[in-house]
Amino acid sequence: MPVNILMPALSPTMEKGNLAKWTKKEGDKVKPGDVIAEIETDKATMEVEAVDEGILTKILVAEGTQDVAVNEIIAVLTQDGEDASSGSAPAPAAKAPQATPEAAPLAAPAIIAAAPQATVAADPDVPAGTEMVTITVREALRDAMAEEMRKDDAVFVMGEEVAEYQGAYKITQGLLQEFGARRVIDTPITEHGFAGIGVGAAFTGLKPIVEFMTFNFAMQAIDQIINSAAKTLYMSGGQMGCPIVFRGPNGAAARVAAQHSQDYSAWYSHIPGLKVVAPYTAADAKGLLKAAIRDPNPVVFLENEILYGQSFEVPKLDDFVLPIGKARIHRPGKDVTIVAWSIGMTYATKAAAELEKLGIDAEVIDLRSLRPLDTETIIASVMKTGRIVTVEEGWQQSGVGAEISARVVERAFDYLDAPPARVSGKDVPMPYAANLEKLALPSVADVIEAVKAVTYK
Amino acid sequence: MAATRTKAAPAAVKAASKTSDGPAKAARPPAAAKATGRAPSTKSATAKVPALTREQELSAYREMLLIRRFEEKAGQMYGMGLIGGFCHLYIGQEAVVVGMQMASKAGDQVITGYRDHGHMLATGMSANGVMAELTGRRGGYSRGKGGSMHMFSAEKHFYGGHGIVGAQVSLGTGLAFANRYRGNDNVSLTYFGDGAANQGQVYESFNMAALWKLPVIYIIENNRYAMGTAVNRASAQTDFSRRGLSFNIPGEQVDGMDIRETYAAGLRAMEWCRAGKGPYILEMQTYRYRGHSMSDPAKYRSKDEVQKMRTEHDPIEQVRERLLKAWKVSEDELKKIDAGVRDIVAESAEFATNDPEPDPSELWTDILK
Repeated sequence: MPVNILMPALSPTMEKGNLAKWTKKEGDKVKPGDVIAEIETDKATMEVEAVDEGILTKILVAEGTQDVAVNEIIAVLTQDGEDASSGSAPAPAAKAPQATPEAAPLAAPAIIAAAPQATVAADPDVPAGTEMVTITVREALRDAMAEEMRKDDAVFVMGEEVAEYQGAYKITQGLLQEFGARRVIDTPITEHGFAGIGVGAAFTGLKPIVEFMTFNFAMQAIDQIINSAAKTLYMSGGQMGCPIVFRGPNGAAARVAAQHSQDYSAWYSHIPGLKVVAPYTAADAKGLLKAAIRDPNPVVFLENEILYGQSFEVPKLDDFVLPIGKARIHRPGKDVTIVAWSIGMTYATKAAAELEKLGIDAEVIDLRSLRPLDTETIIASVMKTGRIVTVEEGWQQSGVGAEISARVVERAFDYLDAPPARVSGKDVPMPYAANLEKLALPSVADVIEAVKAVTYK
Repeated sequence: MAATRTKAAPAAVKAASKTSDGPAKAARPPAAAKATGRAPSTKSATAKVPALTREQELSAYREMLLIRRFEEKAGQMYGMGLIGGFCHLYIGQEAVVVGMQMASKAGDQVITGYRDHGHMLATGMSANGVMAELTGRRGGYSRGKGGSMHMFSAEKHFYGGHGIVGAQVSLGTGLAFANRYRGNDNVSLTYFGDGAANQGQVYESFNMAALWKLPVIYIIENNRYAMGTAVNRASAQTDFSRRGLSFNIPGEQVDGMDIRETYAAGLRAMEWCRAGKGPYILEMQTYRYRGHSMSDPAKYRSKDEVQKMRTEHDPIEQVRERLLKAWKVSEDELKKIDAGVRDIVAESAEFATNDPEPDPSELWTDILK
């Protein structure tokens, strides 16, 4: 019976990869453990080993093929004397029986397998006619750090696996090679301790970038972030500032369950003394991270693992810096205001596109910063549209959507034609099972439903 | 068991302070050094109690007395309702910070927890500014916005004043990190108590300080009680000089009631750190005469225990005795110092009482730069 070799998933968020190289050729005998191919993901190049013994009878995906979907059959292995074609037709990648057949078709996994290049409305902070280059969010973050490190010796980056491993999510790729071990510092797995060390160094005027492998682990360090970094300027009567950036992926990745999927947007945006940034596009990631590094205040910079591999146009400028605390109108519209940030923008933009087909013209605001919160841009939009829907992956209670709704009600009550609506993560710890995880997260369908509700359609 | 333990310790301190010519019994070769074979350059094992010069003794006397009188006044003002919230007095522990400051040089940083008034005065911060912060006035170091537990002086390299037990240990390690990053020869003097010594981040910091050879002295002020919990009821290892053992950090137990010992230990530790050898631990065996805070009646220890310490080991009385007997300083000369200190303290109380509260607009300043 021939054995199908499938394109392997090499990380929780991987949807596709490049088949960089076959290290065996058709007709070669392979045994378990033999390296048969090299697969390139957005993070690394990985070797693929054979699991079964046999003859590599057919290579179905040629070397150099880009964007091979996970679970696609890439080769066929047969036992001696077997005919590759004699086996049953290769079955498609197994799908678990759907437990929730009523799941909205619009909630399809399109969220993750987003178009490699998202189109973004022109940023008013970018001069018209600026040449654009297409890069991933990952590259944008790395470039921002590298540019600021070149400019200022006081800037350094520390965290788990940031140096020799090149970053757990490859955000710090190449920094060790350029800046050396003095400025790119691998720490032990001690979030509380190294966050405190970073804050202490910042008290003296150094500008640390503290990378948390994910913000879930920063909960170990949250005392230093809030009690030491955010409050010391005030407690010292203005004498001692803390120019530090805490950055890393925030929120749900994919299939990593409750302890690795939390969204801390609301947590940090609650704290006076902190600035909180949560970009969606690569341009915003770059311009805002550079601003965060230069900022004399502690900045919590919330990234998103799923967005790391997505590409956007970034202005080709020597020194592209964006203001913290300013939202961007991602898509102008007149019927309803949808407010989102970070990964929430993927639901918002897809929903807006669907809504257009239904004749609803949505204005999508990308907040970009959560503290300071650009209330003016939201209020101005609501005064125009009379309706607002907020989108976040975090929980609803005391969430950012709750805060926005309150501000809109306080400041633009008379302009509202419907109560504000909030789309959010469900009020449960993140489940592991694929179908449950999908249900726990907000979806494009949720956004569309909320917009229909506030527009009475 | 608690009683045996607490009684055993003062005996050791007593022996050390009485044998002014004999070997310092409280100080002993660092356990960590023994265990790892990395002997720090300490002379404590064989050296006699190090002598101070007449000028050093006089200066130490004045500095310690200033802290003592200041704290007594603060206690009084708390009772009058002029100081609010929490107020933790340093009375009894003066020789620790004064000895360390004598051993330090300009540029070295100091950071500590919430029992911090003594450290501030020892780094040269003004009594007026500290007292006015205690009363929450605009002339306070933090413009009245920090209070007793949160005061800073960028000018004097005093990095607080931290209210979260143990947080200053990571922060102080960060100060040392900055010294190494900048390639200067400053040392971070990071103070914490026997209570904080059990916090997890202390060991995370020890590990990184040793791993990266950071110039930090961890000064554990073991005053025998974490609030009301005696060390032997909270700590499986009550020899705090051994707390760095797993990280190869050398440590010493020091008679923290004897300024000569704290100064000498400070010199040894600073030499170690400035030579680029990494962190160093000094367990200062000391005693707090007052309760943990103003509202603590200190029922967890006997009045006799406190009295015994005050009469037999008082850090200021020890110096006073030597000044009078060994250095032939006259009572009059000491009275002059006493009067000078009283004047400074009285003026600070006066200032802190009459200085206005912060302007209401200060509510909204210093949140972001």
